[in-house]
Amino acid sequence: MTDSPLPAVRAVGAGTRKRPGFWRGLRRLPLIPIFVLVVLLIVPALSADWLAPHDPVRGSIPDRLKPPVFFGGTWEFALGTDRLGRDILSRLMHGAKVSLSISLVGILAGGVLGTALGLIAGYFRGLADAIIMRLVDISMALPSILLALVLAVTAGPSFQTIIVVVTFVLWALYARQVRGEVLSIRERDFVARARVAGASDFRIIVRHILPNAANTIIVLATLQVGSVILLEAGLSFLGVGIPRPTPAWGLMVADGRQLIVSAWWIAFFPGLAITLAVFALNLLGDWMRDKLDPRLKEV
Amino acid sequence: MKRYLVIRSLQSLLALLAISLIAFAMSHLTGSPVDAMLPDDAGPEEAARLTRLWGLDRPLYEQYFVFLGNALQGNFGDSIKWQGQTAFGLVLERLPATIQLGGFAIIVSTIIALPVGVLAAVYKDTPFDSAGKLVALLGQAMPNFWLGIVLIWIFAVHLNWLPTSGHGGLSHMILPAIAMGWFQVAAFMRLTRSAMLEVLDSEYIKLARIKGVPERRVIWIHALRNAAIAPLTYFGVIAGSIFTGSVVIETVFAWPGTGLLAIDAIRGRDFPVIQAVVVTFAGVFIVANLIVDTLYAYLDPRIRYQ
Amino acid sequence: MRSPSAPPALEVRDLETRIDTKLGLIKAVDGVSFSVEHGKTLGIVGESGSGKSITALSILRLVPKPAAYIAKGQVLLDGEDLLEKSENEMRKVRGKRISMILQDPQTSLNPVFSVGFQVVEAIGLHADSRRKALLRRAVEALRRVRVADPERRVDDFPHQMSGGMKQRVVGAIALGSFPRVLIADEPTTALDVTIQAQYLRLLKDIQAETGLSIIFITHDFGVVARMCDKVAVMYAGRVVEYGPVRQIFNSPAHPYTKALLNSVPAIEEDVDRLYSIKGQPPAFWDMPEGCRFEPRCDVAMQRCKTEYPAKFARAAAESGGHCANCWALEEPEWIPSRF
Repeated sequence: MTDSPLPAVRAVGAGTRKRPGFWRGLRRLPLIPIFVLVVLLIVPALSADWLAPHDPVRGSIPDRLKPPVFFGGTWEFALGTDRLGRDILSRLMHGAKVSLSISLVGILAGGVLGTALGLIAGYFRGLADAIIMRLVDISMALPSILLALVLAVTAGPSFQTIIVVVTFVLWALYARQVRGEVLSIRERDFVARARVAGASDFRIIVRHILPNAANTIIVLATLQVGSVILLEAGLSFLGVGIPRPTPAWGLMVADGRQLIVSAWWIAFFPGLAITLAVFALNLLGDWMRDKLDPRLKEV
Repeated sequence: MKRYLVIRSLQSLLALLAISLIAFAMSHLTGSPVDAMLPDDAGPEEAARLTRLWGLDRPLYEQYFVFLGNALQGNFGDSIKWQGQTAFGLVLERLPATIQLGGFAIIVSTIIALPVGVLAAVYKDTPFDSAGKLVALLGQAMPNFWLGIVLIWIFAVHLNWLPTSGHGGLSHMILPAIAMGWFQVAAFMRLTRSAMLEVLDSEYIKLARIKGVPERRVIWIHALRNAAIAPLTYFGVIAGSIFTGSVVIETVFAWPGTGLLAIDAIRGRDFPVIQAVVVTFAGVFIVANLIVDTLYAYLDPRIRYQ
Repeated sequence: MRSPSAPPALEVRDLETRIDTKLGLIKAVDGVSFSVEHGKTLGIVGESGSGKSITALSILRLVPKPAAYIAKGQVLLDGEDLLEKSENEMRKVRGKRISMILQDPQTSLNPVFSVGFQVVEAIGLHADSRRKALLRRAVEALRRVRVADPERRVDDFPHQMSGGMKQRVVGAIALGSFPRVLIADEPTTALDVTIQAQYLRLLKDIQAETGLSIIFITHDFGVVARMCDKVAVMYAGRVVEYGPVRQIFNSPAHPYTKALLNSVPAIEEDVDRLYSIKGQPPAFWDMPEGCRFEPRCDVAMQRCKTEYPAKFARAAAESGGHCANCWALEEPEWIPSRF
């Protein structure tokens, strides 16, 4: 029914969505996810060094295994303490720094690498395209956690190792999506005009193609913050991610695992923090996709 | 169709080769495997003997082909940690438990996710749809290891309904399967829902209704057959990630499968076993994807008749 | 033969279909009435968005739920009101008594089922036959719409066929159970010009053979001239002019119809420039109080701004019920009509 009654009817029917301007979209921000992220992730990550009530690494043995306030504990240790007498709340706040920095750096690295390769593949086509796309296929066929395990074992657990793992897991998705975008953008008039005007390939890519692929890249990046946090937490939980005693959320869950019966708060709160953060990030990512790039399907 | 499958198989082979390269590189990146395997009190003659015995004095590419040849025969050498057992033998011994749990998780998640995804699309924007969305979002947000621990805490410790961990009958599989499968249910459900929404809006569904096809048949046959194609491509990813997820879940639930073996081997720096696990997992993952692609071609005649 | 007093094959009375949109409740079909006689063809003409397709879907009660619903009116099939029927009864009407051909053959066939399956299903839903008999009837149905070599083509999948061939298959599906009324929603718009002519010829032939009544939805007056006996011109959800084809072509009454006819290039004429109607149709959520065509009308009067025009019927007896809604028709040749 191309003779569809009117645009508004299409907006109601599923499948087609209108694509409003960026600023008009921003006016209806998803406030709850943003609030959760600010309180849970951003503020603690930026200010843990001043705001955290206790030292995240050094505990005091007399204060060990204190329950949270309302569960027989005191405000001194609002979320309780762990086996070494370290304050859970303080560790959570410092853990936010780890989660946030790993996801930002990892996504930046994976995104830049993937975008660059995607631009090259899509713009120059030919042999470069063939090689890059084969690499994408291979990389997507590799189970990511295994790769991470192997890397972690060979290189030893550290911040850098995790960044390498995250980059390795992420780049292929960017490369594929960006390449697809570039293939359609390069056929557009303004690219041809720039070429006629004598612009260099580099200039065309950076000034004309990249800005037009930006929405896709931004949406992908937002959608992936959550999964990177999950990946990092999983690796840390397995002991192949962030090394002790750095307070990483996944590591904290691992620490509390054996004590789940007697001191549930040690494992429960960091897991809850991961869940809430990822939940909010996914909501935000979905929202961004709907606003900026509705064609991008669930990835 | 044939061409498509040949290409896919070749790609799979390429991916397997890449994995084997990575597995091979692994043992060499960390310095000579001899250092890792020798007892601390062994002298230099012993080291030199082992180096020659394992062919470590040969050029790297030669070593790789030897490794590849051995790997193809399932020979990854002997385990370091588990004395007297071959690495591949250990993996094979543990594989059934992993397949048992993973298979159970896949079947249960599919049985739940597919109908819920379809119904969420049919009853779009109703409370049912919202509830489904919430379950999906939760599943995609909870870390599986934490979910496993919380499930043990609630259902095994507090309520005492199910065993906390270990290998056993159906009751032992329920909690790990939930912890493992929830994320997959979420992804599968959302994919099914969005594919269904698109299909239900299509002209051929309209034509089916015009023909007088009963609504139930429209949804479960005409629409689902089309909508199932998208989630199915994801099925390979699910199968693969259930396998890799077993590393975490088997650790949490002390389930004696390959995942637990992998972690134990990593902790014990047992390289032959790690190599064997990595190559086996990758093989399973790649074969699962190949099967899915074949199924995909069967479901979508546009590919079958290319 | 039927007696002259028998009800028409299909009659739509005062149909109103509303759609709940983000911008408010709109009346996509707003009090539409028309009828089509046995073995005749009614054309529904209008621009995109005039409510033609929603009218067609309303007749089959297949408007997109839950946003759209039929608010009032009657759809009389051989005198039986379809809007009174249960969903189960309706299913026995669809395909069996009324059927429909959609616009785009590329998307109206299910890509994962063979052509044979889709035709067999259409027939099998309304017949108690064995699979073999059904397959034979499906082959027959394909032969009727002049698909060459139907015995072999039943195993084909839609993507293996050309657009024209697919539209024939859609025709076979729609006509497989010998419905008495066929709604054709711009069936040739997506086809090549030569294929279009063949397809129209095919519909005409089938109509001559079976006495089918056709409702032909189009925006192309050229097609109307070739296919239809009567025409309803729709604008912004309402029928603004209705009558026999010859009447409307020879002496169109509504300014909108005139404008539409002017925008059809006659092949014999040497046209310098295509006449097109200035402006845009009104938005459904922002309807003018008076005549909906008034903002674009060359002959609009003050009254047109405030009062929706009454319906006037041509006084002459041989006019065949030609009527239109326009205040400019307040003259002796036309008399106010209540229907």
